Amino acid sequence: MAKTESTFKNMVLSLTLISLGASACLGYVYQITKAPIELSVMNKKLAAIKQVVPEFNNNPSDDMFRVETNEGDSLDVYPAKMNNEIVGYAVNTYTKKGFSGDINLMAGFRPDGTIVSITVLQQKETPGLGTKMTDPLFKDQFNDKNPEQFSLKVKKDGGSVDAITSATISSRAFCDAVQRAYNIIKKGGLK
Amino acid sequence: MNQFQNLTKGFIKENPILVLVLGTCPTLATTSSSLNGMGMGIATTFVLIGSNVVISLLANVIPDKVRIPAFVVIIASFVTIVDLLMQAYVPGLYDKLGIFIPLIVVNCIVLGRAEAYACKNSVFSSFIDGLGMGLGFTMALGILGAFREIVGSGSIFGYKFIPGDGVLVFILAPGAFIALGYLIAIINRIKRT
Repeated sequence: MAKTESTFKNMVLSLTLISLGASACLGYVYQITKAPIELSVMNKKLAAIKQVVPEFNNNPSDDMFRVETNEGDSLDVYPAKMNNEIVGYAVNTYTKKGFSGDINLMAGFRPDGTIVSITVLQQKETPGLGTKMTDPLFKDQFNDKNPEQFSLKVKKDGGSVDAITSATISSRAFCDAVQRAYNIIKKGGLK
Repeated sequence: MNQFQNLTKGFIKENPILVLVLGTCPTLATTSSSLNGMGMGIATTFVLIGSNVVISLLANVIPDKVRIPAFVVIIASFVTIVDLLMQAYVPGLYDKLGIFIPLIVVNCIVLGRAEAYACKNSVFSSFIDGLGMGLGFTMALGILGAFREIVGSGSIFGYKFIPGDGVLVFILAPGAFIALGYLIAIINRIKRT
């Protein structure tokens, strides 16, 4: 077949056809991957919730509600229920004080405000330094502590948290996010 | 050149990273561990093969003056397909590679092979070329990632064999430049003999 000449008609026609073909392919792939993508996002969230609250048998995503913070936005709270009795809350919290970019945490609390466990959903901290916040060595020090007595500040700032070596900013940011989640729990109005 | 040489030229002789030095942005950014590097390499290989085949098929239909936009549309479609598939079936890896998957669109290797090879050669040769180049890219990223992971965090494929911290700089961006520089030097030495 001879090479198509670069006339205006040919150019418009070929580009249109290629774009049409491409969008048809993409539409098809989007359709078959839509359900698995939603499922994996759901599973990820559910896995994170499972890690941070006591055992439950409801679907926290269905019971999810939003609570407004004092800063004018809102956080997602996932209540964990065992036989319709609240056993804990998982709060999807964040901080803007990270060393690079926002940090998202899932923090689990008992109804009385005691921290059960915390897991990091998303962070872009310095590899090898700030990323140690995902280390059990750092984040497990919050487990079973009640922020009432356990001040959510690094020791340098007069709190009770052991900061990560050479990543004080990241440690402070982590505390900030947990504090934000705790404020929500304390504020009340929880279902 | 027979098809075997066509396949193997991507490994050493015309390795996209180590000899042509194309697509260094994803190379430096995603090779902080061997698994990430190889994941990126395989994703790029898929895009390379797909775009090479389709472009060599359509080479005669596409008028010369609009070939670059046409190539970019084809490449971008393949990248989006890879992006969606990874999101659906390997969410763990997708989270780690994140922004770099969509950025395969602007990876010089893909457009470079389309322009320099696929639009002038047969479908089968283009397929082999894409496969060889992709595997060469994967190999380079794998080696670089493995080296940085071993030195930087004392582990390989996530399996830790040296307790404690490694040489931190190799996990960070400067270490990527240093490691890539040495790797290129070694390849140059090999090529000369």
